[in-house]
Amino acid sequence: MRVLVTGASGLLGRKVAGLLVSRGHTVTTFQRRPSGVDGATDRCGSLADDAAARGAVRDAEAVIHLAAKVSFTGRPAEFDEVNVEGTRRLLLAARGAGVRDLVFVSSPSVANSGAAIAGLGADPADPECAHGDYARTKAQGELLALAADAPDFRVAAIRPHVVWGPGDTQLVERVLARAARNRLPLMDAGAALIDTTYVDNAAEAIVAALDRISYIHGRALVVTNGEPRPVGELIAGICAAGGVPAPSWSVPGGLARMAGAAVEKAWLRLGKQDEPPMTRFLAEQLSTAHWFDQRETRELLGWTPAVSIDEGLAELAAYYGSR
Amino acid sequence: MVLTNTAVHQPAGSSIPAALRLALHPAVHTWGTTTSDAFLRVTHSLAHPPLPAAVREAFMAPYRGASRRAGVGNFVADIPVDASHPSFAALNGVADGVRGLDVPALMLWGPRDPIFSDRYLKDLLTRLPHADVHRYEGAGHLVAEDRNIAPAIFDWLAGRVTGGGNGGARGGPAAAAPAFRPLWARLGELSAGPSGGGAAVVEMAADGSAARSLTWNRLETNVVHLAAGLRQAGVGPGTRVSLMVPPGVDLTVALYACLRLGAVVVVADAGLGTKGLSRAVRGATPDVLIGIDKALAAARALGWAARRISVRDLPAGRRRLLGVETSLAALARTGSGFAAAGNVPAVTPDPDSPAAVLFTSGSTGPAKGVLYTHRQLAAMRDTVAETFGIRPGHRLVAGFAPFALLGPALGTVSVTPAMDVTAPRTLTARALADAAAAIDATVVFASPAALRNVVDTRNGLTAKGSEALGRVELLLSAGAPVPEPLLAEVQRIMPAASLHTPYGMTEALPVTDISFEQIQAATADAAAGTMPGAGNGVCVGRPVHGARTAVVPLAMDGTAPGAVPVTDAGVTGEILVCAPHVKDGYDRLWLTERVSADPPGWHRTGDVGHFDADSRLWVEGRLAHVITAPGAVVTPVGAEQAIERLDHVRLAAVVGVGPAGTQAIAAVVETVPPARKPGLAGPELARKVREAAGAAGVSVAAVLVVPAQPTDIRHNAKIDRSRLAQWASSVLAGGRPGAP
Repeated sequence: MRVLVTGASGLLGRKVAGLLVSRGHTVTTFQRRPSGVDGATDRCGSLADDAAARGAVRDAEAVIHLAAKVSFTGRPAEFDEVNVEGTRRLLLAARGAGVRDLVFVSSPSVANSGAAIAGLGADPADPECAHGDYARTKAQGELLALAADAPDFRVAAIRPHVVWGPGDTQLVERVLARAARNRLPLMDAGAALIDTTYVDNAAEAIVAALDRISYIHGRALVVTNGEPRPVGELIAGICAAGGVPAPSWSVPGGLARMAGAAVEKAWLRLGKQDEPPMTRFLAEQLSTAHWFDQRETRELLGWTPAVSIDEGLAELAAYYGSR
Repeated sequence: MVLTNTAVHQPAGSSIPAALRLALHPAVHTWGTTTSDAFLRVTHSLAHPPLPAAVREAFMAPYRGASRRAGVGNFVADIPVDASHPSFAALNGVADGVRGLDVPALMLWGPRDPIFSDRYLKDLLTRLPHADVHRYEGAGHLVAEDRNIAPAIFDWLAGRVTGGGNGGARGGPAAAAPAFRPLWARLGELSAGPSGGGAAVVEMAADGSAARSLTWNRLETNVVHLAAGLRQAGVGPGTRVSLMVPPGVDLTVALYACLRLGAVVVVADAGLGTKGLSRAVRGATPDVLIGIDKALAAARALGWAARRISVRDLPAGRRRLLGVETSLAALARTGSGFAAAGNVPAVTPDPDSPAAVLFTSGSTGPAKGVLYTHRQLAAMRDTVAETFGIRPGHRLVAGFAPFALLGPALGTVSVTPAMDVTAPRTLTARALADAAAAIDATVVFASPAALRNVVDTRNGLTAKGSEALGRVELLLSAGAPVPEPLLAEVQRIMPAASLHTPYGMTEALPVTDISFEQIQAATADAAAGTMPGAGNGVCVGRPVHGARTAVVPLAMDGTAPGAVPVTDAGVTGEILVCAPHVKDGYDRLWLTERVSADPPGWHRTGDVGHFDADSRLWVEGRLAHVITAPGAVVTPVGAEQAIERLDHVRLAAVVGVGPAGTQAIAAVVETVPPARKPGLAGPELARKVREAAGAAGVSVAAVLVVPAQPTDIRHNAKIDRSRLAQWASSVLAGGRPGAP
């Protein structure tokens, strides 16, 4: 099958493209810079450009859409441009080019109002309630994508929760960098139970979504390792793997969420380009439970995670040990 | 007929509820019921839990404006409080007429009701003694709002009315009842025999001497006299008598006197905690309370019983203060007068009439009253006698409340050691040895918590005390599992004793028995892994004399919905027991009874477990504590035992958090030394706990520590896993970890 993967220069995108290649698919990637995936054909460009989007989907039978602006900070318009408008352009181009199936890679944060989630499934995306510009715009993008679902253009959304693994800059590098400077507090002693997804498992689930799209199109599914852990323990595990001391101080979650919101605003007002030390979204992620019911996801996708959290942490330790 | 909280008659000598008195007061009535909506609002506020705003508004909707509330005013005015009321005669007609009804009746009651309290339920029950009753603990005046009573009514209708009317039929596998010998039969036999002058009951003083004792002659005479005195005072068949007297001579005499009269003894102990005790006693609505001063004061303040009797004669002032009408001592004197005049009325209680209400420990919800008939109490005695070979000539130390009362029935000399019986951990090695020495004891009953303290205080033993304990032949410890290391230490203190840890519950005492040697053999079988079913739980051995056990297999949702008891090795399910000494029923808990006595003839214990290939029963925890993880039903005890084998772990509890079917599993551990505050376990402990549980087949998501596990008051051993699960859920949701 000829498959287009957008956003293949990121950790997860690279894994997905590589996995498709290894399964004998003809893989094209689309992003601003080369993906570096062996056996895939890069088409570089931006989804801000209609023509580039049309060029990207040419000849594709299926599309896996991972390209997105993922950040804890930034101007709202930048998120809208990539995550909403970019998705709209890609959907139009894909339909026009006769693409049959599309997997939209989303995030559980699209349905998260900030309350603790313990053992729930995938609620509908809700841009009104989602916290932060990333979640808001991904929610809008997911709604657009699922609204485009039709018998001759099958669309499903996969929401992997907190993807991590060797080479991850989103979570692992952030944790290590902050912990190394002792700038990472635990929230409420780090007891909030959270689900995460080892990157290889997320990639397999996304590819499985393409295989099973006849069962799942029109729906969104949350994907995790199915091994919830206290956030403090996960962070300690990541720190141990990366060879830095684990956080040793704790702040009340409520205080951190308030402080995060304030810092975020200040950063925007000051026009700072770097990432603020704390945002409300980050404080929420670190201080409230997020774990999910995986029974239906696993049954529908015919998939179970191959790599456990402990095995993933061992991979991470090997990765940092060899550097 | 189905009734919810109501009244048809104002019991004599009592006044109508204060709230109604207020609403009827001329100064308040019109304003309170009609001019304002106060009466309606107050009524709606009686809901537990509070009514949702929308429901409250719906109830108010027809009554906006004073003109629409005229009916409310009339309704209140029409309450016939006394003979001067025009409706009084009609109400009396109803109240009397109800007595003639022989239709099936169901009363669904919310006891948390300031208007129609339990005394009105009691009044209705005297009119409709055949009624099925269910008291919804925590529900109140608006019971139909507080609880979903419709399914209960339909179930009842199906069982009692539309289904042929035999919903309460007993049947099933119960064996034919053996010949009935009343619980007190031995008292008369022994007092008339050669040992009549020998000690029957002894009570120890703190200094190690015998404080009081009665011979068999004296015991029998005192019981007969007190029974006669009580009879004269109006206590008779069916009278509910709450006994709040510590185990010892007085309690023994009072208990056997009441049983002989056919009165129903209500035995609630302080091990329920003050709140639990009050709730239990009030729910049982005793007519009479016999108690020590402390209990009498509480009874007066909390309205536990209309009539109160002290143990000893009290000065007049104190008697007035406590509202006490007489004393056991005075009643015995009156009774002895009747006896001298040959004027003792013969009462022979029906073997199948109620004899006692005992209470569950309340470690899994509010304490439940458990009703026993005379036949069932006698069967309990016979089971204990046959299973453990206890017969006249044996001399026993009763350090465990329920068994303290069985001694005279078994025909054994009984001694109560000097201890606070409500706190088993106060039994010292010295006090135990003093009691054993006083009667040259052959048998010791002690709870696991008491044994723990006996071992901890063994240095206080004198040479003579050690010798006395060295002559003990049999030790029984029940109420909670006894860890092997503790038994090993107890064995050193009582080297000649055979150690037994029977398994049972308030509803069936006991169910199975196992000795220390058998426990060791079972542990070896579990470790070897060669016997199907051995392991994953606490081995409690095989059924006691006359009992049968089985399980109803667990379903994937963690319940045991089946109706077919099985005994196949390795099949986990809810444990059932069938025996002549199993309870008659739960007191005023018709729904609970219905669930527990299914299939008919069996009692569902609420425990889960399985059999091994050698027919031994292994207990895996409480049914209510079963965890439903994705794709697996997990029982807690196996993993808890594995975790407790770790160094530095004293007590572990495994609980589920999150929605049924996809629960995450948390292990909550109490460490040695204890954690300073509750919260997440350190990484090293977490890793070890996860590994240990993993080896037992349980995948743990989070490991939490607590300075001390919440345990029940009575046994100080049963961990309140439901409470821990709630606490773990809130901590793991990302809250600040408060105390569980």
